[in-house]
Amino acid sequence: MSEEFKLDIVNPEKSFLSKEDVTEVLIPAYEGDMGILKDHISIISFLKPGILKVFSKSGEDKYYVEDGIIEFKDNTLSILTSSIFNLDKIDRRYVSQSLSDTEKLLSKEDLDDQRRFLISQKIDVLKSISSN
Amino acid sequence: MASLDDLKKRILSVKSTQKITKAMKMVAAAKLKRAQENAEKGRPYSEKMNNIILNLSNGISDKENAPKLLAGTGNDKVHLCVVLTSDRGLCGGFNSNIIKKAKAYFSKITSEGKNIKIITVGSKGYDQLKRQYNDKIVNKISFKESKNINFFDAEKVSKIIIESFQKNEFDVCTIFYNKFKNVITQIPQAQQIIPLKSSETGNENEKDNYEFEPEEDEILGNLLPKNISTQIFKAMLENSASEQGSRMSAMDNATRNAGEMVDKLTIQYNRSRQAAITKELIEIISGAESL
Repeated sequence: MSEEFKLDIVNPEKSFLSKEDVTEVLIPAYEGDMGILKDHISIISFLKPGILKVFSKSGEDKYYVEDGIIEFKDNTLSILTSSIFNLDKIDRRYVSQSLSDTEKLLSKEDLDDQRRFLISQKIDVLKSISSN
Repeated sequence: MASLDDLKKRILSVKSTQKITKAMKMVAAAKLKRAQENAEKGRPYSEKMNNIILNLSNGISDKENAPKLLAGTGNDKVHLCVVLTSDRGLCGGFNSNIIKKAKAYFSKITSEGKNIKIITVGSKGYDQLKRQYNDKIVNKISFKESKNINFFDAEKVSKIIIESFQKNEFDVCTIFYNKFKNVITQIPQAQQIIPLKSSETGNENEKDNYEFEPEEDEILGNLLPKNISTQIFKAMLENSASEQGSRMSAMDNATRNAGEMVDKLTIQYNRSRQAAITKELIEIISGAESL
């Protein structure tokens, strides 16, 4: 029995990544990180800013995502996101720019808890990326 | 009868017009290829989004309290029409077809005693609608500056729509755009995006047992605004492919017509040249005879 399943990551503009030999995906889901293996129950959830890890035979890939939706069904994991970056190729300038933008956003006062949570998440992740 | 010089000038001017139309055709053909690729690449996203929404709305237990973006306001009084057109002309019937479709819809809605509000995207649509419906146009958006269609533009449009929906400024939202079928055929479409029509999201397949995290309502609340952006983005992609296709065939026709015109004018030019020569000959001969 193979332990592999299919992963599709799509942007609005294009298909970002499609892999058939994925063994595990770690997802920064909204209510906590989540690992997906083969034969996971069908699930729909959405993402918070974080690091998405993809394990496959060819190795491990890390991506930074800002938002998106995931759907797992019939051993196909679909990730719909408008902002995803490969962590190895991410632009440092973009990270620092986005970090300062987000910090500005946090200082505004008219935020509900949910927004505040997402923003501070984003700051944490961006900080950890830029310190690496 | 036009003099030889005039004919010559006309032939030249038609020829240079032909050069322009030919160049435009080439440019449109190159752009069309890219636009078509983009439209095809964008399809998986909107399809997956549609599927997820379908599954979610099937799974939602409490239909009464469903988010308003899905279920509607319960009223049907004010219709918001988003008319997506191009920013540039010279693309055949592309813009007129959308406007025609939209105008037919407007008159149908107003004859039922309902109100319409219009948002135009793209300057050509605004130009064509402002004469008749100036008081109905609530917003006009143009993306002349952005070279390529990007998702942020679509998000801007959907933000405007959603904000105005939350202020209860309309009940039903429909978008108008051209669906790209092939280079020759583009079909003007009217697609209702608020409230979401379940019949358009596909046939009801067997209910899947999904696990939702967080609750369905919360996901839906998050997803529906995104879906609107996605739908608008899809419409913009289809529109740009249609625009280039339409321009290409229009310019192809124009080039062919110019060619025909050049042929006709050349014949006319040759004939009148011949006539002038014959006339001169007759004059010379009759002059010689009279000596």
